[in-house]
Amino acid sequence: MMPVLLWTDALVYLLLVVAILFGIHAARHEHLRTPWRRVIRSRIGVATLVVLAGYASVGLLDTVHFRLQVEHPGADSSYGPEVLSLLDLALSGLRERQEVTYSAPFATHLYVKEAIEQPDGGVVRAYPRLQHGGAHLADPEADRAGDILARALLGSIKGLLVWAGVSALALWLSGRRRGESRRETRRETWNRWRAPGLGIPWITGLSVLGGLLVVSFAAAELAAAYHILGTDKVGEDVFYQTLKSVRTGLLIGTLTTLVMLPAAILLGISAGYFRGWVDDLIQYLYTTLNSIPGVLLIAAAILMLQVYMSNHAESFSSLVERADLRLLFLCLILGVTSWTGLCRLLRGESLKLREADYVQAAQALGVGHFTLIVRHILPNLMHIVIITLVLDFSGLVLAEAVLSYVNIGVDPTMNSWGNMINGARLELARDPIVWWSLAAAFLFMFVLVLAANLFADVVRDAFDPRIRTGR
Amino acid sequence: MIAYILRRLLYAVPILIGVNLITFTLFFVVNSPDDMARMQLGEKRVSEEAVQFWKQEHGYDKPLLYNSAADGLGRVTDTIFFEKSARLFVFQFGSSDEGRDIGYDISQRMWPSLAIAVPVLLVGLAFNVSYALFIVFFRATYVDLASVVLLVAMLSISSLFYIIGGQFILGKLFHLVPISGYDTGPNAWKFLILAVIVGVVGGIGSGTRWYRTLFLEEVAKDYVRTARAKGLGERRVLFGHVLRNALIPILTGVVVVLPLLFMGSLISESFFGIPGLGSYTIDAISNQDFAIVRSMVFLGAVLYILGLILTDISYTLVDPRVRLQ
Amino acid sequence: MTEPLLQVEGLITELGETARPLRVVDGLDLTIRSGETFALLGESGCGKSMAALSLMRLLPPGGRILSGRVRLGGTDLLHLTEAEMRSVRGGRMAMIFQEPQTSLNPVLSVGVQIAEALHVHGEGSDGRNRRRVVELLRAVGIPDPEQRADEYPHQLSGGMKQRVMIAMALAGDPGLLIADEPTTALDVTIQAQVLSLLGDLRRETGMAVLLITHDLGVVAETADRLAVMYAGQIVETATVSEFFAGPAHPYGRMLMESLPSAEKRRGRLATIPGRVPPLDRVFSGCRFADRCASVMPLCRERIPEWIGLGAGRGVRCHLWSEGEASHPGPARNAAEPESGASERPSGSVGEIGSPLLKAVDLKVHFPIQRGLFRRVVGHVRAVDGVSLDLSLGRTLALVGESGCGKTTVGKAILQLIAPTSGQVLYLGRNLAGLGHRAMRPYRKDLQIVFQDPYASMNPRMLVGDVVGEGLQALGIEWTRAVRERRVADLLELVGMDPESARRYPHEFSGGQRQRICIARALAVEPRIIVCDEPTSALDVSVQAQILNLLKDLQSRLGLAYLFITHNISVVSYLAHEVAVMYLGRVVERGGVEEILTDPRHPYTRALLSAVPVVDPEKRRVVIRLEGDMPSPSNPPRGCHFHPRCPEATSRCSEGYPPEVRLGASRYVSCLHLD
Repeated sequence: MMPVLLWTDALVYLLLVVAILFGIHAARHEHLRTPWRRVIRSRIGVATLVVLAGYASVGLLDTVHFRLQVEHPGADSSYGPEVLSLLDLALSGLRERQEVTYSAPFATHLYVKEAIEQPDGGVVRAYPRLQHGGAHLADPEADRAGDILARALLGSIKGLLVWAGVSALALWLSGRRRGESRRETRRETWNRWRAPGLGIPWITGLSVLGGLLVVSFAAAELAAAYHILGTDKVGEDVFYQTLKSVRTGLLIGTLTTLVMLPAAILLGISAGYFRGWVDDLIQYLYTTLNSIPGVLLIAAAILMLQVYMSNHAESFSSLVERADLRLLFLCLILGVTSWTGLCRLLRGESLKLREADYVQAAQALGVGHFTLIVRHILPNLMHIVIITLVLDFSGLVLAEAVLSYVNIGVDPTMNSWGNMINGARLELARDPIVWWSLAAAFLFMFVLVLAANLFADVVRDAFDPRIRTGR
Repeated sequence: MIAYILRRLLYAVPILIGVNLITFTLFFVVNSPDDMARMQLGEKRVSEEAVQFWKQEHGYDKPLLYNSAADGLGRVTDTIFFEKSARLFVFQFGSSDEGRDIGYDISQRMWPSLAIAVPVLLVGLAFNVSYALFIVFFRATYVDLASVVLLVAMLSISSLFYIIGGQFILGKLFHLVPISGYDTGPNAWKFLILAVIVGVVGGIGSGTRWYRTLFLEEVAKDYVRTARAKGLGERRVLFGHVLRNALIPILTGVVVVLPLLFMGSLISESFFGIPGLGSYTIDAISNQDFAIVRSMVFLGAVLYILGLILTDISYTLVDPRVRLQ
Repeated sequence: MTEPLLQVEGLITELGETARPLRVVDGLDLTIRSGETFALLGESGCGKSMAALSLMRLLPPGGRILSGRVRLGGTDLLHLTEAEMRSVRGGRMAMIFQEPQTSLNPVLSVGVQIAEALHVHGEGSDGRNRRRVVELLRAVGIPDPEQRADEYPHQLSGGMKQRVMIAMALAGDPGLLIADEPTTALDVTIQAQVLSLLGDLRRETGMAVLLITHDLGVVAETADRLAVMYAGQIVETATVSEFFAGPAHPYGRMLMESLPSAEKRRGRLATIPGRVPPLDRVFSGCRFADRCASVMPLCRERIPEWIGLGAGRGVRCHLWSEGEASHPGPARNAAEPESGASERPSGSVGEIGSPLLKAVDLKVHFPIQRGLFRRVVGHVRAVDGVSLDLSLGRTLALVGESGCGKTTVGKAILQLIAPTSGQVLYLGRNLAGLGHRAMRPYRKDLQIVFQDPYASMNPRMLVGDVVGEGLQALGIEWTRAVRERRVADLLELVGMDPESARRYPHEFSGGQRQRICIARALAVEPRIIVCDEPTSALDVSVQAQILNLLKDLQSRLGLAYLFITHNISVVSYLAHEVAVMYLGRVVERGGVEEILTDPRHPYTRALLSAVPVVDPEKRRVVIRLEGDMPSPSNPPRGCHFHPRCPEATSRCSEGYPPEVRLGASRYVSCLHLD
C-alpha cells in the first residue's frame, strides 16, 4: 500500500490540526469554553453534533488515500493506477458490484428491457436479472420482501448491540469522571443524566446516535445484497456515490472558509484599526470584488482553469489528481467571493473596538499596535469569525450543487451531489421516471444541511453576546 | 444630496476600473488568446493558421496593452485591453464569439428576466413579511416553534430541488402548466407562473426567517415598551411601531437587489427554458463564450454599484434619522 | 381617611426560568395617596424597576407576577383582562422611563406619538387631537410646540425627549404617574428642569407620582413620602422629613453616611461592604445581615417582620423588634476618623510650586466634512482653549455637563486623542504632538481610569494579565514570576484578594472591577492619574469605597488626580482645585472651597444650585437654566454661555470674555463679576 497525499487531503489534515489546537486552546480559556459548553448543553446542539460527526467520519475515511499493491505473477510487485481511500476499501463490495445500467432501489431486475438470449437460441426482450442486486434469491418475486425484512432486522439488531456497548461505555466513563471525588454508581449516573437541568443532554445525544447506528447497520446489511438506492446509467451503485459525495460537500463547506479566513481577518482588522488610507484601500478592494456577481466570477475563473488544464493536460499525473486540484481551486475562488462579507463585519467591529475603554487603556499603557490587535481586538472578534464559519458552511454545501449543475463546479468525474443531480435531471423526462439518484442526493444533502443550519443557530445563540443579554 | 450622489458616482469609476482589470487579467493574461483559440477550435492538433484566423476574426490578434506597431493614440487604443475591456465603459459590449451583437441580445433578453424576477420579489416580499409578522404575533408559542422548524427545513433544501419538485408536481403530476418554455403575449403567464411560484417558495425559508429576526429585535426595544405603556394593543404595537421600524432594513435590503433583477436568475431560467439574461449567461458559460461572460461581469458590477447608491438614497426616504452629506 | 389611590399588597414577581427563578420583587406593600409624590428608593438590582413594571403589567418576557394585589382606585389590576388593562395603561396610570434616548420611536414624529396616546384614551377628532398635542407640548415646557410636534426624536435633546415622554404620559390624564429614574440619564441642570416640571404638573393636575430613583438628593427635594427597597423587599417607609432626620433601618442610615460631602473631607466615608445578595435563593434571615454594621446573631436566623412605627412609618429590622431601640439610634458605623489621610490645607493659599502638569490653551477640533470632495466645512470644537495646572499630590476636578468636552480634555492630555493645538507640559516637556513611540517614555507617568468598569477591561483576559499589562508593555518587568508578584501586591494595595489574578473580569462586581482598573493604572507607578468619572456608574455605597481608596492612595503615593466628573458632592469631598467647563472652555477655576461656597461665574452658580441636596438647611434657590447646551460645532458668538445666562447683557455677545484673575489661583471668564 502506498499512501497518496492529495492537496485537499493535506489541507484536511491541516484543518484537523488547527481544530485540535483550537480545541486545546479553547479548553484552557474560560471565555471560549463557556459558549461551547452552552452549545453541548443544548439538545439541538448535541443532536446535530452527532449527525455532523457521522458525516465527518465518512468524509475523513474518504480522505486517507493510497494506491494498492498489485501482484503480478512473476514480475515485481507494483502499485495499481487507481487512487483509493479507506472508504473505498470499506465499500469495496459496493464499488465493484456494477450493473449494466439503471436499476431501481432493491430491484432484482434491470430498469430497461434488453434483448436476452434464451437457452434455446431465441431472443426475448425482457428485464434481465441484475448481476449482483438480489442475485442470491432463487425466486425474487416471492422471497425478496422477506429477505429484505430479515436483513434489515439483523442489521438493526447489530446496530442496537453496538449502541448498547457505546452507551454503557459512556455511562461508565461519565460515572468514573465524576467518581474521582466520590463514588457514583451507574444508577446514580443514569439518574443524573435524566435529571432536567443544565448538564449535557446525554439522553438526546445517545438516542440520535442510536438511530444513526441502527440505520447505518441496517443499510450496510442490506447493501451487501441489494443496491439499496439503485444504480445509475452506467450501473454504478447510487448509495456508493452518495457516500463518496460526502467528502466533496464537506470539503467545499470547510476549506473555502479556511482559505478565506486569514485574508478576511487580516484585512478586516487592519481596515478598522488603522483607518485612514489603509481603510480606504481595503474597502476599495472588497467593494470591487463584491461588485462582480459571484457566480460569474466563479464561472470566469473555472472556465479559465479549464482552458489551462486542457492546454496543460500533461502536467497532471492522474484524473483524480486533476479533479482534486480543480476542487481546491473551486474552494479558492469561492473563498475569494465570500470573504468580503466577513471582512466588512470585522472592519465594523474593529472600528467600534478601537474606541473601547480597554483598548484606550492599553494605548495609555504604551502597548504596541501588533500586541494590541492580537491581545485586545482579535480575541474579541473571534465569536464573529466562529459564527460566520458555521453559518457559511450550509450555504457552501448548497452552492456546490448549483455550481456543479451549471458545470462550473467540481470536476465531472468527481463524486458530488451536484454532479448526481446534474446527471439525473436528464432522466427526469423519462417515463417511468428515474428518481432514485435525485432522492439519494436530496436526502443526504438535506440531512447534512439541516443539521448544519440547526447547529449554526445554536452556535450563534451561544456566542452572540447581544442575543444572550436580550433574553 | 445631489453632491452626495455625484460623489458616489465618482467613487464608482475606480471600482469599475478594478472590475475591468480583474476580468482582463482572468481572460487575457492567465490564458493567452492562443490558448482560447485552441480551446474553441477543439483542443489538440490545431494548425497555427487556424488559430491565427480565429484570433483575427474575433479581434484577439492585437497586443494586450500596448501596440508598438500603431501610431499615436493607436498605440493604446488598438489593443485588446482597449477594444475588449475599456469599451465596456460606454456600454459597447461588442459581439459575442459567435458573432452576435451582445448589446442587442441583452436588450432583448432582459424583459423575460424581469417578468420572472419582479413578481418573485414582490410576491415573496409580501408573503414573507406577512408570515413573519404572523409568527411574531404568536411569538414564544408553538406556532412560533413550528414555524421556525419549518423555515429551517425549507432553508436546508437546495434550490435545485424546489425547481425539480415544482416541475414534477405541477407540471408532470397535475399537468397544470407546461414544464418549460416561453411565449410572449397573453400566453406568457402560463410559462411564467411555475417559475414564479418556485422562486417564491424557495425564498420563504431564508426570507421569513430573516424578517422574523428583524421583528423580534425591534420588539425587544424600549420604544415598544413605551408604546405598550401608552395602552396600545398588540396589533397596533406591531403594525404601527415594530413594522414601521423593521421596514427600514427590509426595504433597503430590497432596494440593493433591485438593479440586479435585470440579470435574471441563472438556474431557474435555464431549467424553465426562459430566454432571459440568466439563461443567456449560463449558455455563454457552457459554450465558453468569453465575450458574453465578460460583458455580463461588467454589467453585473455596474448594477451592483447602482444598487448600493439606491440603497443609500432609500435610507433617506424611509429613515428620518439619515441625512446624506 | 379616604381610600388611597394605589394599594399594593404582597406583590411577588419572578424573572427567568421557572427552574431557577429570580424573585426580583418579594412581598411588596405600598400605599400611595392621590396627589402625593412617593419615592421608591434603592440601589441598582434591588427590584424597584421590576416593581414598577409589575404595577403596569409590562414585565419583560419571562417575567411573571406570582401573587399579590394591586388596587388602583378600587380596581384590582391583577384581575383585569389584558384588554381592560390596556385602558388603564396610559389612562389612569402612566409611566415614563429612564432612557429618553431609546424610549421614543425613532421613525415617528413626536406629535404622532403623543396623538396616539390621545387616540387610545379618548375619541377626539384629528384636528382636536392636534390642538391637544400642542397644548401638552406647551404644558411640558417645549418651546415652539407647533413646530416641534412635527420633529422626530433625534432632533430633540435628551431633556426635551424626556419632556415629550411626560407629555405622552399626561395625554390620558392619569391619576398616577410612575417615573422610573426619570432624570438619571440627564445632566443636573436638565434634571432640575425636569424635576420642577414634574412638581408643577403634579400641583396643577393633582396626580400622584411614584418616583423610582437611587438618588437620595432627588428624593429629599421632591418626594413627600418614601420607601427604601433592598433585595426585592421594602425595608423602611417614612415621610421624607422623618427619614432624613434619621433613617430607622441600618441600610438607609449607611446609605446616607456614604454620601460624599464637604464636611466629610477630613475623614473616610462610611461604606457598605459586600454587595446585594443574588435573588435566586431562599433567604433564612435578614437580607442585609451580611453587610450590616449593626448585625446581631438573630439577624441571620430569623427573617425580620415588618414593624409598624406609627403614622405610616415602618421598618423591617430586628433592631426594632426588641423594643430596645425605640428611636433611630446613632449610626454605629459613622464616618471613620482619619486613617492616615493627612489632609493638606486646601484652598487658594496652598503651596504654589511649579505644577507637575500644565495644559496651555489646549484645543481639540474634529473636522466636519461635506460636499463632493469632502471639504472641511467646519469643526466640532470639543475642546476650545483649555488651560489647567495640576500639582503633585493634588486633585484637580474638571466639572461640567455631558458634551462640554471634559473627557476629551483627559484623553488629549494622555495623547489618546491628538490635540489640534496648544501644549500639554509635563515637567516642562511638551507632550502634544508626540508620536506613538516618542510618547512611550511618558506613558509610565500618566495613567487613566475610565467611567464604565464593565467596558474598561478586556473580557477575554485574566485579571492578572490586565493588571500586569503595563509592566509588560513598557518593559518594566519582563520576567513572568516577578510580574506576578507585583500584580499580587497591587491587587492587595487596592483591597482585592491576590487570588483574583487568576479569574476573569466578569466574575467581579462593578466596584471590584473599578479597583482592578485602578490597580492596572497604578502598576506602572504613575504620578498622575486621569480619573474619568470613575464612580458615576456605581451605586452610592460602592462609590464611597472607591473614593476612600483614591484618597488613601493619594496620601500614600503622592499621586496627582485629574478628576473628571459631573458630581458636585464628589468634588466637594475629594478635590483641591476645581475647573468648571462649559462648551469646550473653562469658565471658572480655583480652590475647591472658594468655588463651591462662592461661585462667581453664572454658570457655576446655576450648576451648583441645581444639585439636589439632602440637607434641607443647605437648600438653595435653583437657578433654572433655559434650554440646552448648544452644539460645539456652532458655539454662540461671544460668551458661550450668554444665550442661557440669566445675567447676560448685550455686551456678552460681542466677544468671549477674557479670563480674570481674582486670587492666587482663581480665574473666571465673565464680564459681570461685580
